[in-house]
Amino acid sequence: MTRAQTASFILTPVKSVNVSMVSSWLRSAALPLLGILIFLGLWAVLAKNIDTSLGKFPGPSDVFTQAQVLIDEHGAQRSKADAFYERQELRNAARVAKDPSYSPTIRAFTGAPTFFDQIWTSLYTVTVGFLIASVIAVPLGILCGLSKASYAAINPLIQLLKPVSPLAWLPLVTMVVSAVYVSEDPMFSKSFITSAVTVSLCCLWPTLINTAVGVSSIDSDLLNVSKVLRLGPFSHVMKIVMPSSIPMIFTGLRLSLGIGWMVLIAAEMLAQNPGLGKFVWDEFQNGSSESLARIMVAVLTIGLIGFALDRLMLSLQKQVSWDKGAVLR
Amino acid sequence: MTHKHHLELTQVGIDFPTPKGPFTALTDVNLRINKGEFISLIGHSGCGKSTVLNIIAGLHKATRGGVILDNHEVNEPGPERAVVFQNHSLLPWLTAYKNVELAVKQTSKGRSKAEMRDWVEHNLELVHMSHAVDKLPAEISGGMKQRVGIARALAMEPKVLLMDEPFGALDALTRAHLQDSIMEIHADLGNTVVMITHDVDEAVLLSDRIVMMTNGPSATIGEILDIELARPRDRLALADNPQYNHYRHEVLTFLYEKQRKVESVAAHRKKSHVNSKDTSANVA
Repeated sequence: MTRAQTASFILTPVKSVNVSMVSSWLRSAALPLLGILIFLGLWAVLAKNIDTSLGKFPGPSDVFTQAQVLIDEHGAQRSKADAFYERQELRNAARVAKDPSYSPTIRAFTGAPTFFDQIWTSLYTVTVGFLIASVIAVPLGILCGLSKASYAAINPLIQLLKPVSPLAWLPLVTMVVSAVYVSEDPMFSKSFITSAVTVSLCCLWPTLINTAVGVSSIDSDLLNVSKVLRLGPFSHVMKIVMPSSIPMIFTGLRLSLGIGWMVLIAAEMLAQNPGLGKFVWDEFQNGSSESLARIMVAVLTIGLIGFALDRLMLSLQKQVSWDKGAVLR
Repeated sequence: MTHKHHLELTQVGIDFPTPKGPFTALTDVNLRINKGEFISLIGHSGCGKSTVLNIIAGLHKATRGGVILDNHEVNEPGPERAVVFQNHSLLPWLTAYKNVELAVKQTSKGRSKAEMRDWVEHNLELVHMSHAVDKLPAEISGGMKQRVGIARALAMEPKVLLMDEPFGALDALTRAHLQDSIMEIHADLGNTVVMITHDVDEAVLLSDRIVMMTNGPSATIGEILDIELARPRDRLALADNPQYNHYRHEVLTFLYEKQRKVESVAAHRKKSHVNSKDTSANVA
């Protein structure tokens, strides 16, 4: 063997390892990054060429600036609130010192909610709406999957109500909530309840349908095992039905949460629930030269949170799923 | 016991509804099985062996006739007629131990927790699975899964153990091991067993009687062959035993001469051709 041959003999496998490492790195990081860069480039070029009545359409840099402004506004508002509470405390302490029988009233800070407060409101609202929907949809889906009769009874309603837009529900929900939820000292604001209920109405269906399909497609051998063991209805559901249909239930829940998050923004716009939807609406009404950039910040935030919620459900699914080998994406 | 026989099938028949009217799958099945007997049902696929087993299990309801076990009519499935399914049908989210425990919890209301644990462990030991009690079904081999399935059935302390091609999905070596285990357990516990099989050697090796079924539709029992080989049986010694070979020959004759499947290879090919045409039409 010549020296060159020996060298190539040694080098070849090393080289191939390098190539595969590079290609896996390319696939996992570089290509998505490239996609994002191309998107940003196109956005910047196109934005420059769109003139609106509120000025040029914001490019990536305008949006980045506004994101920072929103963060600063949040900080400023927080320090205002802290200062307010500090002043209040001092004042109350002084009055109590003067007159020990005086019981101070604590007033809440009433400054406008910041972008981050609004994100929080939206997350809270969508969670409540989603939980209400799930608590109804999963048991109902199990019932539909177990009994053909109940499926036959409920299916037409599902098909009828599933395609209804949240915007169609909203006026009805608003009027019903105003009429029914009457209280001197309401625990929740009406706009919150209206938004949450609208979210629930729209994210019932994917969970309901997927749960029903999952339950009705359980391996017949497992059903026979349950029959031979004479499991009662409750243990049948808990020991056989639920574990078998967990993957389908979660597929439904993930679809529902995605829909719920989309619906929420529309619902908040119209119901004036102080979340991201209201933020977008207010900025639109405000119509300053920064409004479009601020809305764009909200759009990207909505996207990121939607993505994060889906990942959250996915990791939850991985936690509860018995089949650790299954590929979940 | 007022009845002479432990398990009795009388004039059992079943019709399945089809769009073209009822299809008679089984008719006039009569079988009397004694306590502790090991019975094999053998026949070509589609002859209704599984249907007979499912009727005994209570998973299917006979259209005509009925099944009596220990003087009680069989109307619904229950643990006194435990089934070992062909595809193990363990709950994939439970470990071997938990799978057996589910059966034990369901069938032994009077036992204390410690007694239940002992009983679960005892049954897993019977099938030589003590080393893998905490494994999930996906983590053990097909033969081991079937062993756990058998342990689960035995743990129900059934009056009759029903086995639907229990070793059909296993390779030859694993199958031989499990057959030996079944013979051991049967010798120890003296269960009444009804087993479905495709395998002539398996039937002759394990059974006291082989019930041979005619081809469907309207399948019924064709012949019953008594296997009078001394137990314990040893597969190696029996290989050269003329009596064993005689029994084998009898079953083979029944299956491949008297009840030969009429469908020829050419007809089969034509059929599959038509089928593939159908599929392409569906796709279009």
